[in-house]
This record gives sequence, C-alpha cells and structure tokens, in this order.
Amino acid sequence: MMLGKMNGQFRLLLAGAALSAMVFAAPALAVTPADTLVQAWAIDDTITLDPAESFELSPAEFLGNAYDMLVRLDINDTTKVRPGVAESWTVSDDGLTYTFKLKPGLKFASGNPITAADVAWSFERVVKLDKSPAFILTQFGLTKDNVAEKAKAADDSTFVFTVDKSYAPSFVLNCLTATVGAVMDSKLVLEHVAPVTPTDDYKFDNDFGNGWLKTGYAGSGPFKIRDWRANEILVLERNDNYYGDKPALARVIYRHVKESATQRLMLEAGDIDVARNLEPGDLEAVSKNAELTTTSAPKGTVYYISLNQKNENLAKPEVRQALKYLVDYDAIGATLIKGIGEIRQTYQAKGVLGALDSNPFTFDPAKAKELLEKAGLKDGFSVTMDVRNTQPVTGIAESFQQTVGQAGVKVEIIPGDGKQTLTKYRARNHDMYIGQWGMDYWDPNSNAETFTSNPNNADDGTVKTLAWRNAWDVPELTEKTKAALLERDNDKRAAMYKELQQAALDTSPFVLIFQQTEVAGLRGNVKNYKLGPNFDSNFVAPVTKE
Amino acid sequence: MSSMENQTQARRANRRASAILKAVASFVVIVATTYLGLLAVTFFIGRVVPIDPVLAIVGDRAPAHVVERTRIEMGFNLPYYQQFYLYVKGVLQGDFGTSVLTTNPVMADIRRVFPATMELATVGTIIGAAFGIPLGVLAAVKRGSLADQIVRIIGLIGYSVPIFWLGLLALLVFYARLGWTAGPGRIDVVFEYTFTPITGFYLLDAVLNRDWAAFKDIFAHIILPASLLGYFSLAYISRMTRSFMLNELSQEYIVAARAKGLSETRIIWGHALRNAAVPLVTVIALSYAGLLEGSVLTETVFAWPGLGLYITNSLQNADMNAVLGGTIIIGSVFIALNLFSDLLYRLLDPRTRIR
Repeated sequence: MMLGKMNGQFRLLLAGAALSAMVFAAPALAVTPADTLVQAWAIDDTITLDPAESFELSPAEFLGNAYDMLVRLDINDTTKVRPGVAESWTVSDDGLTYTFKLKPGLKFASGNPITAADVAWSFERVVKLDKSPAFILTQFGLTKDNVAEKAKAADDSTFVFTVDKSYAPSFVLNCLTATVGAVMDSKLVLEHVAPVTPTDDYKFDNDFGNGWLKTGYAGSGPFKIRDWRANEILVLERNDNYYGDKPALARVIYRHVKESATQRLMLEAGDIDVARNLEPGDLEAVSKNAELTTTSAPKGTVYYISLNQKNENLAKPEVRQALKYLVDYDAIGATLIKGIGEIRQTYQAKGVLGALDSNPFTFDPAKAKELLEKAGLKDGFSVTMDVRNTQPVTGIAESFQQTVGQAGVKVEIIPGDGKQTLTKYRARNHDMYIGQWGMDYWDPNSNAETFTSNPNNADDGTVKTLAWRNAWDVPELTEKTKAALLERDNDKRAAMYKELQQAALDTSPFVLIFQQTEVAGLRGNVKNYKLGPNFDSNFVAPVTKE
Repeated sequence: MSSMENQTQARRANRRASAILKAVASFVVIVATTYLGLLAVTFFIGRVVPIDPVLAIVGDRAPAHVVERTRIEMGFNLPYYQQFYLYVKGVLQGDFGTSVLTTNPVMADIRRVFPATMELATVGTIIGAAFGIPLGVLAAVKRGSLADQIVRIIGLIGYSVPIFWLGLLALLVFYARLGWTAGPGRIDVVFEYTFTPITGFYLLDAVLNRDWAAFKDIFAHIILPASLLGYFSLAYISRMTRSFMLNELSQEYIVAARAKGLSETRIIWGHALRNAAVPLVTVIALSYAGLLEGSVLTETVFAWPGLGLYITNSLQNADMNAVLGGTIIIGSVFIALNLFSDLLYRLLDPRTRIR
C-alpha cells in the first residue's frame, strides 16, 4: 500500500534527482558475461515450478523455455500450432481420438529417452494432482479414474489421447500447448516422490513429485532450470540434450527487481541486458537512449471495467451501453497506457483465432446522456467502483470517474490492495470493478467461456466465470459458447467467436478498454530477442549477444 | 570470622539468589505473555483482513472446486479459535507452518532472508554510530555554533527525507553516474557460479571462502544501501548523543574535573561520553532493531532480498504463516536487544549491578 502511494509522487522526485545528477559525468560501463543473458523482472509471482501446478505469468516463461510439450504455439501465426515433442498427429473421423507420433531419438535433459509412456504419465499426474491448471486437460473428459485409459501409450513412440466429445481440433491442440501439457521425465520424477497419507480428497499414496518439482526440474526444453530462489533469482542453463537448435547463450539469468526506475538504471549501467517492467516514463527514456532498444508484443491480457448486474441501475441495458460511451479511449491510449497497451473494445486478444478487431465506441457524452435518459436516469446516479492501487488501473479509474461525471454519473472510487479488491469482486459484492483478465490457454474458448458464459447464475453457482461474478445471466450465449467448442470447421468456429464478441459489444456489462502490450528494454548488443503472444512463448533460445 | 557475620552473609546470599530467581521468573512470564499477545493480535488482524488467503495459493483463475479443496486443506474452514489453537500448538513444537507464497517452511524462508537484512542493518548501524556519536559530541560541545547548526541540518535531512527517494538519488549519483558503487542486489551475477554462501552473511562468507574478488563485489553492493540506512540512524544517534552530552556536561562532576585541571579532551571523551554512553547503548540497540525489521523501501529500491520485503509481500497476499513467523522473529529481536542493552547497562553503569 505504502509502495503504491509512493510511486505517484516518486516520478516527480526522480525527475528532480535526474536533474541534480546531470552534473556528473558518465562512468565506465559494467558488462554482463558474454555467454549469459541477464534479465531484470518482477518474478515474485512464481510460487512453484511444477508444470502441473504453476499457473502464473513469470513461471509460464520459465517453463515454456525449459519444458517441451506435444505441440507448441507457432509464434509466426498464432492461430496455429507447430510440432513439439510430437512429430505429427492425426484426428479420427469421429473427432474423439488424437494419435501423436513422437519424434525419434529424443532425450530429456537428464539423458533419459522421451517415450510415449512419459507423455501418458505426465497427463496422469496432472489429472490426479488436480491443481489449478488441471482443468485445461480435464475439460476433455479426463477423470482420475479414466485418465490411464484416455491418455495412453500405444507403443514407445505413439501416444493416443481420447476426448469425450467431438471438439474442434484447434481447441484440443491449442490447449495442449499450455505449460500444464509439459512432457515430464517420469523416471527422474519417480525417484523424487514423497509418500502421502491418502484422504477423501486425495486418494493417492504419493505426491507424484509435486514437492520436489516446486524447485526441481525434469524436462526437455532448450534450457534447463538450474536454480530458483524465491524473490531473488532464477537461472536457466543450456540443455545440451535438446534435439532442436541449441541456444546460442549458455545461460539466462532472471533477477528479481521490482522497481521500474531501478531496472532502468541497471539497464543504462549495463548490469542487466533486459529490463522487463518498464513503466511509460522509463520506457520513453530507454527508447531515446542510443545504446538501448525496445521491443514489444501484444499479450493475451485485457483490461476492463465491469458492471455488477445486481446493481439495479447498472442492470439497465441502456446504462451498460451509455457507460461504454463515457470512457475517453483516445486520452487513455495516448497517455496512461502509452507503449504498454493498445485500445481494444472486444474481449478476445488480438492474434487469437476468431478475434474480432472492432472498436465502435468513442467518448461521446451527448450520446451517453441520451441513453441514460431512455433508462429513466436523466440526472445520473451514484455508484461505487473498486480499484486496486496500482498503475495503470488507478489512472484509468480516475479518468473514468471524471468522464462519466460529464453525464451526471457520480463514481466513488474505493481503493484497495490487489488481493483485497479481488476477494470482494469474486464474492460479487462490488458495483463496478476495474480489472484485467489473462487467457488461461491460447484458444478463443478461454476468454469466451469467462466473458460470455454463465452456466448457473445462482449465488452458489460452481462455475464462477467473469459473467457470473457480474451476475450477467446469459443462457443463450452460454449455449453458443459451448457450441463453438464442437465446431470442427476452423473458419466457421472463428465466425462463431466473432458473433459472441459482437453480442458482448452490444449488451455485455463489460466495458473493455485495452489489451496489454508487453515491453522490454534491451541493451543494443542483444539480438533476436522476441516476445511472444503469451508468456510461455517468450522464447529466449534464439537470443544472441554481439 | 564470627558466626554472626557468617549468618548475615548466608542470609544475604539467600536473598540475592531469590531476587535473581524472582527476576528470572518475572522475565519469563513477561516474555511469554508478550509473545502470546503478539501472536494473538497478529493472528486475528490477519484473519479479519478482507483478503481470501486461498486466492494467494491457487490464483484468480483456479476452478471453484480447487479453491474449496485448498480451503479445507489449509484449515481455513475451521472457526478462528481452532485455527489459533492449532497454530500455537504448532509453534510450541517448533513448527511455524508453511508459507503459501514460497511453499517453504516459514523458518527456512526466514533463515534465508534474515541474514540479508541483518548484514545490511549491522553495516548500517556501524556506519551510523561511527559518524553519529562524534558528530553528536561535536554538536554538544560547540553548542550554538555553526558546527552545531550543520550537524542539526544533516540530522534533520536524514530524518525527514523519504528514504525511498534518497535511495534512488544515491543510486543515480553513485551507481549510474559516477560508477563508484555496484548496483542493486547483493552480489553480481558473475559470482552466481563460484560463490557458495555458508552463513548467509555474504561478507563473512567471502572471508571464509578466501574469495577476495567476491568480497570486493559484495562490499561494493552493500556500501550504498548500508550508508543510506547508516545516514538514517546517524540522524537519530547524533541528536540523541547531543542531548545526552549536554545533560552530562552541565553536571557538577564536570565542573569538578575542570577545577582539577583535567584536559578538555579527557573530560569530554573520558568522563562525559562515558556516562552518556549508558543511555546511548539503548538508543543504538533500538535503532539497530529498527533496521533489523527490514527497511521495506530500501530493500525495494536496492532489490535486496531481505525480511522487510518478505513480510510486506506476505502481508499483501494474506500469507499469514509467513507474517506471523516474521513478527515473532522481530519480536524476539526486540526482546533480545532490550535484554542485551540491559546487560550492557550493568557493565557500563556500576550503580545498576545487583549488590
């Protein structure tokens, strides 16, 4: 909390500090080792390195580089997948059976051979452990009882995956690119399992190596994870057993540095090669520095303001639309999110299959007033908004508070710590909430399911999608979202997602604002550093240093 | 020796033993209740914070059944008094629970982060005392002079300028512009492969390893944040030294010493400061304890993996085991340092010795 508050004033102070430091001459430059890429990044969201459990952003990048999956996202065309451990695959005519042929002669970093049995065991441990990301696999009808049958090795190099419905193949394959689908070195992990006393919730007598893998490593990616100390450092080291193009660099080191200003100083001084959390001010300074460059990529995270339908004013369709006309998109795009985001009013991220590129709303108080009058709220109304005290959401909330005021709507901002506002939001106790949503896996179903489906709107509903959190009861859209999953024609499937997004634009209680852009500041000698569309495809293997 | 004298002596020894026993017993009772109170208050504050602790473990995107199962696994579904009972029971058995954020036992985490903070605080306090005491003495002796004013201003700045800003300014000047010191962090990444921590106090570890290159690098890393903390405690120590010294210098024994013809140096450093040292020890000990709590802002700016960052991060994520563990450590440090300064008092001030 204190940090959040400090941050605002601190930019001004820093400017003062910069001025007073101008008088000093520049020192000799520090250099990082030639075979090592040193990145500064806030990595405090990493709580485990077990692919069956990890579901946060920074570990997705570590796991994406250190593990291999059956198939990988093709970052040159993000609506497609490319081979990973699997060389080729076929889908049966009924759409239920997927047969993967593994590449021959592959080895894990440990030297153990990669077999179809390893793949099957990896699926089994995810399903049996049943941690946060497990649903990405269990949504295909896998249960603890049937997983051994549904995901099994036909022979050493053939893995057969049987799903419960005739899903769109793109959906199944996209899900298998997620880090939860990592192929684990079963022989190595089995050496490290810890015994567990079975309970009603967990019926197995061991932990499938979950404890060891919190910090351990049993993969086959271009890098291996050598060391991780929470909130301090993570070290990736070249995996010499990797079958593909070997990384040019011997190691990649992530240092936990939280402050944007600190990262910038370190980058300028040459103590790091890459700075990952630059805020707009520091980013601008870096982009003006001749020795430094920047790179960016749109990420699958969207920021939105949501309107709880339990509030009788916000439940009126005209009010929902009016509020979409009361965001000053241009001003926000030009200042608050400059360089770190792009205005986007549809909920699918740019680049994902079926994403609708349409921004129909502009800041139009007159139009909004008209809509409010139709709703019988000519004089506006008062409403609260929960805002967590970090940028850029605080700034956007303040801008919104001011612009809705022009139509007579009085917004009271309730600031809070991140987890605190989130707890309230998840309990549906808010009026308005400003938040962000990152895709669970790289497929349009991920966001469609959360924004436009709500199977049970009751307070004790068990599928708590974003639509549920805002009490938006949409049986028709829910059905349509389900139907899109079973559409096996890719073009038709894409069209269905576009319709869903259009419906959300027209009626939803979600005022979508922007899609996040990930940016990095680089030393000039760092080449081929390319950020992917999601964190598990931020591949560092191609990076070189001159 | 007469039997009469023997008896009196025996009685005196008895009285003395029982006095010590009483003192120890009351000390134990005080410490125990302090701890229990500390635990209870922190525990219940942690539980009434409107943050769902399960959220920190499974994340926002976990399916509902995983959230519920985790809630039961962690015992968050039990009534508060039961949770508290179970926690205290664990602590008495030396089990402080597991941090949900790092998934390590809390004590293992603290063993890792506390040395970082302690090393920084120790160097900081040494700097603070080494400069603060002479400056305070100077200010007291030259009371009202220009020197006094300058010391006052130095102290005032150190005490009132936000340390966060000062830290960034220091980094900008001494690291980015002048290149005199190393940047944020404890050690350069080049030593990541050669340097093996033994105690967790890196300076000491470098000496033990006879790794002088690492020592130089560690020193270059610690000197800036430590000077900053040192400056902060210097401000406090110099003000307190000044006022203690003024108090001493106005005492009659100083007049007597002067009348005896002792040199001014001897009077100031040998007599006045010696007496002022008694309360000063408490001041320094408490200022040291304050730094040990972990200076969150300094640790943030300098990417220093210490206790302050650990507790703040835990608090924001409702990781109560970690917060409680950290609080107990800080509580223990305060109690231990108080005790230590009490003992030092007795050494320095003969009047407080038990007769």
